[in-house]
Order: sequence, then C-alpha cells, then structure tokens
Amino acid sequence: MSASALRTETYLWLAQRLSALILTICITVHIATMIIAVQGGLSSEEIIARIGGSKIWLCFYLVFVSSVAVHAPIGLKSIMREMTQIPMKRIDFLSILFSLIIGVLGIRAAFGLYGLGGA
Amino acid sequence: MKSIHNHPNYWAFIMHRFSGLALVAFLPVHLYVLGLALADSSAFDNFISWSNTPLLKFLETVLVVFLSAHLTGGVRLLALEFLRWRDWQKSMVALSCGISICMGLVFFLNAT
Repeated sequence: MSASALRTETYLWLAQRLSALILTICITVHIATMIIAVQGGLSSEEIIARIGGSKIWLCFYLVFVSSVAVHAPIGLKSIMREMTQIPMKRIDFLSILFSLIIGVLGIRAAFGLYGLGGA
Repeated sequence: MKSIHNHPNYWAFIMHRFSGLALVAFLPVHLYVLGLALADSSAFDNFISWSNTPLLKFLETVLVVFLSAHLTGGVRLLALEFLRWRDWQKSMVALSCGISICMGLVFFLNAT
C-alpha cells in the first residue's frame, strides 16, 4: 500500500470513529424520541408539529445526517472489501454514491420539515 | 481447541456487521418516506396506516433492536480502542444484548 493510500485509510478510520462518537448521542436521542413519538400513533401532522420551525431540531438532524453520511459508507466500504470480490475502484465509487444519496435525502428532509413549521 | 466462532465477541462482531448492513438498507427507504411527508402529507399518512399491522410493527421493533445493538456495540468498540483495558469491558457484550432487547421491548409496548 502506498503512503498516500495509507494516509487515506488512517483518515477514514479516524472519520469513522469521530462520527461514531457523535452518533452515540444522536442515536440515543433518536431512540428516545421514537419511543415517545410512537405513543398514540405517528402522523405527518404530529411530526411537523414536533420538528417544524425548530432551529434546535434542524441543527440536530443536520449533524445526525452528516455523521451518518460519513459513518455508514466507510462501514459499507469495509464490508464490501472484506466480504466481496468487487474491485476496489467500484467499492470507492459505491461508497461515495451512498454517502451522497444519504446526505442529499437527509438534508432535504431536515430542511423540508423545518420549513413546514408554522405553515 | 475452542473455535474462534464459538465466542461471544465473535457473535458481537457478526451482530455489528449484520445490524450495520440492515440499517444501511433501511436508511434510504426511511428518508424517502420522510420525503413523502414533505411532498404530500396524505401519502405519508397512507404509508403510516399501511404499516400499522402486527408484522410491520414487529419488523420496526427488530430495526430498533438493530439500531440499539449497533449503538451499544459501537460504544463497546470505542471503549476497547480508546480506553485502557479494564475487566468490566468483558461484560459489555452482555450489556449490549440486554440494552438492545430492552429498547426493542419498550418500543414495541409503546407502539402497540
């Protein structure tokens, strides 16, 4: 492995651990919210009333989504590398693509829900 | 000689991988359904009422268990990698199992 490839691997390892640290807080809050929110059933009205227009929830979900968009593709890359025969270049492409999909869908949902508040 | 596959830490590794993959598969669907709430709230509410069956409630509970297991398994890995070794770390697999099942049960009881 070349020196630059080794450096990239080290940064990816670090990014996965740092994002994992942030996600421990985000997921704990998310599980607690889910357990509270499912009481009495979910509806779009209930979700918008809770999240819409709240800058705190917007910041929380932006941090959450960004951390997932970093954490999940790195994990996926490790699994594909260790357990499949997919060429490395394709694995890199798929991981970046997955990160973009999660990032775009998640940020769009966070801003969209924020914008629906008070409508 | 005891096989390495017959060890709680090996099963913790398998669970971390499997739960991670399940969450990766679920995440785009989750965000897509949330996107429905933005575009058309009635479509979102239709989806929620469609998912209001015992089978789907069970599958949601399994996902909550996976999310919990990935979280607690991840905390265990961070503790192993970044903290000095302590004997209590041996109990973290059992603790992770217990917390995950507990979270699943609390979610299921609240959802039904």
